[in-house]
Amino acid sequence: MNIAPFVFQRPRGKVHVPTVTLAHGGGGKAMKDLIDDVFLAAFDNPLLAPLDDQARLDLGALARHGDRLAFSTDSFVVDPIIFPGGDIGKLAVCGTVNDLAVGGAKPLYLSCAVIVEEGVSVDSLRQIARSMATAARAAGVEIVTGDTKVVNKAACDKMFITTAGIGAIRADVNLGAHCTRPGDFVLVSGFLGDHGAAILSARGDLSLEAPIASDCASLHDVVAALLTAAPGIRFIRDPTRGGVATVLNEIAEAAQVSIEIDEGSTPIRDEVRAFCEILGLDPLYLANEGKLVAIVPPEQAQHALEAMQAHPLGQAARLIGRVIAGEPGRVTMRTVFGGSRIVDMLVGEQLPRIC
Amino acid sequence: MKYVDEYRDQDKAQVLVREIERLVAGIEFAERRPIQIMEVCGGHTHSIFRYGIEGMLPKSIELVHGPGCPVCVLPMGRVDDCVAIAEHPEVILTTFGDAIRVPGSRKSLLQAKAEGADVRMVYSPMDALALARRNPKREVVFFGIGFETTMPSTALTVLQAEREGIGNFSVFCNHITIVPTIKAILDSPDLHLDGFLGPGHVSMVIGTAPYEFIAHFYNKPLVVAGFEPLDVLQSIWMVLKQIKEGRCEVENQYARIVPEGGNTRALRAVARVYELREFFEWRGLGSIDHSGMKMRAEYVRFDAELKFALPNVKIADPKSCQCGEVLKGVIRPWQCKVFGTACTPERPLGALMVSSEGACAAYYQYGGLKRRRDEVLPVEAGTA
Repeated sequence: MNIAPFVFQRPRGKVHVPTVTLAHGGGGKAMKDLIDDVFLAAFDNPLLAPLDDQARLDLGALARHGDRLAFSTDSFVVDPIIFPGGDIGKLAVCGTVNDLAVGGAKPLYLSCAVIVEEGVSVDSLRQIARSMATAARAAGVEIVTGDTKVVNKAACDKMFITTAGIGAIRADVNLGAHCTRPGDFVLVSGFLGDHGAAILSARGDLSLEAPIASDCASLHDVVAALLTAAPGIRFIRDPTRGGVATVLNEIAEAAQVSIEIDEGSTPIRDEVRAFCEILGLDPLYLANEGKLVAIVPPEQAQHALEAMQAHPLGQAARLIGRVIAGEPGRVTMRTVFGGSRIVDMLVGEQLPRIC
Repeated sequence: MKYVDEYRDQDKAQVLVREIERLVAGIEFAERRPIQIMEVCGGHTHSIFRYGIEGMLPKSIELVHGPGCPVCVLPMGRVDDCVAIAEHPEVILTTFGDAIRVPGSRKSLLQAKAEGADVRMVYSPMDALALARRNPKREVVFFGIGFETTMPSTALTVLQAEREGIGNFSVFCNHITIVPTIKAILDSPDLHLDGFLGPGHVSMVIGTAPYEFIAHFYNKPLVVAGFEPLDVLQSIWMVLKQIKEGRCEVENQYARIVPEGGNTRALRAVARVYELREFFEWRGLGSIDHSGMKMRAEYVRFDAELKFALPNVKIADPKSCQCGEVLKGVIRPWQCKVFGTACTPERPLGALMVSSEGACAAYYQYGGLKRRRDEVLPVEAGTA
């Protein structure tokens, strides 16, 4: 059944000025033109086109994908808004797609709310919107509803984007950190810390430029491959802010187990390692935007690993550690040097060390 | 990664650990009490925890984590002064990353920034000077902290500012010097230490001669050590070898970086710009004579201390804080009354909980938290 309403044809508006002003948020023709020119032109789909206050989704069609809805939201603020490997738009789509996917859901629809600082160039807004559209197409999702606000200079940093998303979870998929058991393997889908290092380097205030690109990508395919290869998988999480170290601590806490990882098996690019060495940072705490951590039962660990490595986004996947009975909530790392240390939660932000 | 991985080799580490075990077995007093070796520098403390070195050593070796974390030993009053400078509307306050979170009596630089102060993290004082060039209408102040390691770079930046005639740049100088502090620790009556790992980066600037008094007058072995885990292990081995053979010398393990005579050009720049203060206050250790640096009269126009009116109030360390005893190896971090309770990395009371290089923060972060306050090492119990 198709309940998309009648779509009337109206000429699309166009913005003729180079920068966004408060007028573009005023609710009048200027705002309509901006939405037409920037967002409709990029996101173009029948659910969005009527520009009603809500997108109306077919429940029957959703139910064919599973028996539960996954619903998630995330706000994206990043400086700079365009960085090697991506931009705030791609990040806003991939971030919410991943939050849905790691719960085992098939991501389907997104919303997009943008807060723009006056003075931002219309071209850069167009570029971000196009980037969101490309990322959405790649992830197989549609951006079906949205909102735009313009705020005074310095009331926000260029633009903030909030996306929410819904997806459907298959009846046979049940993931949860509490499902983790001693003996399970810890798997990561590839090189860690790329996004965090790329952003720090692109920001330029440390006058240290490294050839590192963000790993920003949608993981729905990798998750699907993982669920097929290792149906007994316990839990998946995308290690964004706080990095892998934080996610492992959360898992150990939730399941009341210990986790021991092996530094030598942890995939980190040489560029990222070098960057961290110079600044005194720990890559385990750097953000990732296109990686996942999975807890896999021992008998399916090898299948899971092979399935990941067969996917372009998981070629560098590795088993990095194991869940052990040990002290509940404790994460330790066997160092390359043969010692062992605790990997704790960070107190605040990681800061470069003086010497 | 070249020049790094070689110094993290597990097999070589195992060989060294076995050699260390053999040496310890031959040191007679180790049966009665622990062998206490102090690593002076916070960088070593960080490596020791980062690579789990302590757990690889025989139980009878006790590493005492010394005062060489410049962020940790900064007294609250100086942080308050820095915050006061940052709160001037015309000021851009520039700082190394980990100084930004150090608590003052009212607030940290991070809190001041949240309230509107323009505080920026830089990688080098030269970046601060570049900011001054780009913002001629603002006053750019660099929060100069650190031992001889960072001193030359701020000195050279001041000299560069002078050459270019940049008037809107100044340094809030909190540079400190390590040797008087080691001496103060050695003079302490409750001292137990048997030897030292000398600071590698400081020595790269000052050379190895300034430590000779430690060997000759205090009869303690000192080995200038590098920062990779194999450097640290080898240096511990060298200290133990001296103890075993009854020698007290200054040895240089870090010869690939540290020339015996130091870096004379760096020392010249430091001597041109700075002179010793009569005394300087250290968090956890109190006032130590001739341990701090200030700008010479010729460079006062680059001295933020004179450019801005400062509260300059001395804030006493909290009474419950036992940082001084930890620093001298009298107690271990987890034996402090407030460790992990009133004093945590989120709300540090004492110096050593402040930066990740501080001994208490390192224990809290990397392993000591779960230890009981009354826990003593087996060999320590034997001495009682």
